[in-house]
Amino acid sequence: MQKFSAFSLARQALGRHLGWTPQWRSVAPKPSYDAIIVGGGGHGLGTAYYLAKQHGLRNIAVVEKGWLAGGNTARNTTIIRSNYLFEQSSSYYEHALKLWETLSEELNYNVMFSQRGCLMIAHTVHDVQVFKRHVYANRLNGIDNEWMTPEEAKAFCPPLNISPNIRYPVLGASLQRRAGTARHDAVAWGFARAASDMGVDIIENCEVTGIDRDAAGNVTGVQTTRGPIRSKKVGVSAAGHSSVVLGMAGIRLPLQVNPLQALVSEPVKPAFPCVVMSNTIHAYISQSDKGEMVIGAGTDSYVSYTQRGGMHVPAHTLEAICELVPDFRRLRMLRSWGGITDNTPDRSPITAKTSVPGLYVNCGWGTGGFKATPGAANLFAWTIARDEPHPINAPFTIERFRDGALIDEAAAAAVAH
Amino acid sequence: MLLIECPYCGPRAEIEFSYGGEAHIDRPGPEVSEEEWASFLYLRENTKGVLAERWRHAHGCGRFFNALRDTRTDEFKAFYEMGEKRPDAEKKEGEGA
Ligand SMILES: Cc1cc2nc3c(=O)[nH]c(=O)nc-3n(C[C@H](O)[C@H](O)[C@H](O)COP(=O)(O)OP(=O)(O)OC[C@H]3O[C@@H](n4cnc5c(N)ncnc54)[C@H](O)[C@@H]3O)c2cc1C
Ligand SMILES: [Zn+2]
Repeated sequence: MQKFSAFSLARQALGRHLGWTPQWRSVAPKPSYDAIIVGGGGHGLGTAYYLAKQHGLRNIAVVEKGWLAGGNTARNTTIIRSNYLFEQSSSYYEHALKLWETLSEELNYNVMFSQRGCLMIAHTVHDVQVFKRHVYANRLNGIDNEWMTPEEAKAFCPPLNISPNIRYPVLGASLQRRAGTARHDAVAWGFARAASDMGVDIIENCEVTGIDRDAAGNVTGVQTTRGPIRSKKVGVSAAGHSSVVLGMAGIRLPLQVNPLQALVSEPVKPAFPCVVMSNTIHAYISQSDKGEMVIGAGTDSYVSYTQRGGMHVPAHTLEAICELVPDFRRLRMLRSWGGITDNTPDRSPITAKTSVPGLYVNCGWGTGGFKATPGAANLFAWTIARDEPHPINAPFTIERFRDGALIDEAAAAAVAH
Repeated sequence: MLLIECPYCGPRAEIEFSYGGEAHIDRPGPEVSEEEWASFLYLRENTKGVLAERWRHAHGCGRFFNALRDTRTDEFKAFYEMGEKRPDAEKKEGEGA
């Protein structure tokens, strides 16, 4: 692996940049592996990386039906934060946030993690109550979050309109200063490069079409469009297609998929200093390093596997944003797209063993799993390697729905992010 | 935006409707096991293919009705009244997920 540094950049510049080599090996599947990860998004690639790095497994394949990280990893608005309400969730998301803080160094890859702060705007009395409750709960759990008056919010984010006369006035905001954004592609590429370097095979254009089991029911491998591959451990990290893949082993998951849309504006000079989220108007905004305003809209209401949704959903968001940030009225929108988000009834994920020995699943991240990428990958790798969950992901089982032990973040995550 | 055909009012824009989730779910009695109760509460078909679902013409006649829609294309296959059986038509296509 070519190490990236100022020195290597200078050396390559002298060679007119003709000396760079591919960042990961392109390989055909081998007949068998110690572990197979289904899904080459950030979560799946990260899982392979931590399996190799921390659990000593090297004979691992990541199989991806399309191209690397072309799913929700490539489609999300990259907001990273850990200010969730319940202890179980905040410790999971905080585990991820801590890993984000050192990820660029760990991978020798600039994932452009920027802790520019995330303001969550309250527009109603109920928002104010809920967000204050979050601030207190987070602080008790040792997670930074603070309450701001409208004036303080405007001082932190000057483009905000805090006039009391708009349709959704700003009544206050909570601010997590350690929250921010990262570069979605870089996370996937960084994990892929580091995993490949440790011997992990990354196999694109290879769709899993079946899960093989022996007479006792144990997993023995997968069927793919590039032939069968044997393995006693299969970890599924297929986001929007989790129900489809687990269905191949007869497992029903408590998931429903909905389209979630986002859009970006033309690039402009730095004009928006932080992340702003509003649950009430279903909006979340940040400015990318390229200069585009990145805007997330609400979820379409119906189950769908199409990576698109109705135009009225982003239109609703944009109407409200034009009032909240009047400067944006003159921006032209360049592109919009959708992703398939896998939502659980309590809006918390599943990172767990399944009822089939050797089959593991990490799913249900729905509209908000980018922020968890290194944390989920790290804990999923632990779960697969040891055949038991880490204490942090132990509550995030499939069985919690049967047992009534929900982790109900729906109030916090009623909007997509 | 979807064009949805209310059996009572005819074709209308999606913004007039609210989504009611999977159709044809029977509420079980108190005698069922925890697994069955949990599946009634939380397990829904997440079909990649033809799905039977409920819609409510919230900003129109206010009535519930059912529809068959292919979740791979969002194309509607049928609209039918509550209480009617699922039209068998595209059954084959619905398989696979
Ligand atoms: C518009 C939008 C905005 C979002 N904004 C945010 C945000 O601001 N912050 C945040 O934290 N989260 C956000 N999310 C959610 C976030 O994108 C996801 O939770 C996260 O990226 C999931 O990562 P993943 O690696 O599990 O999924 P993916 O990147 O979707 O990877 C799953 C992979 O599995 C592959 N696959 C599926 N079936 C098979 C098969 N049979 N065989 C082989 N491979 C298969 C897919 O092709 C895909 O590449 C957003 C999502 C969307 C759509
Ligand atoms: Zn009607």
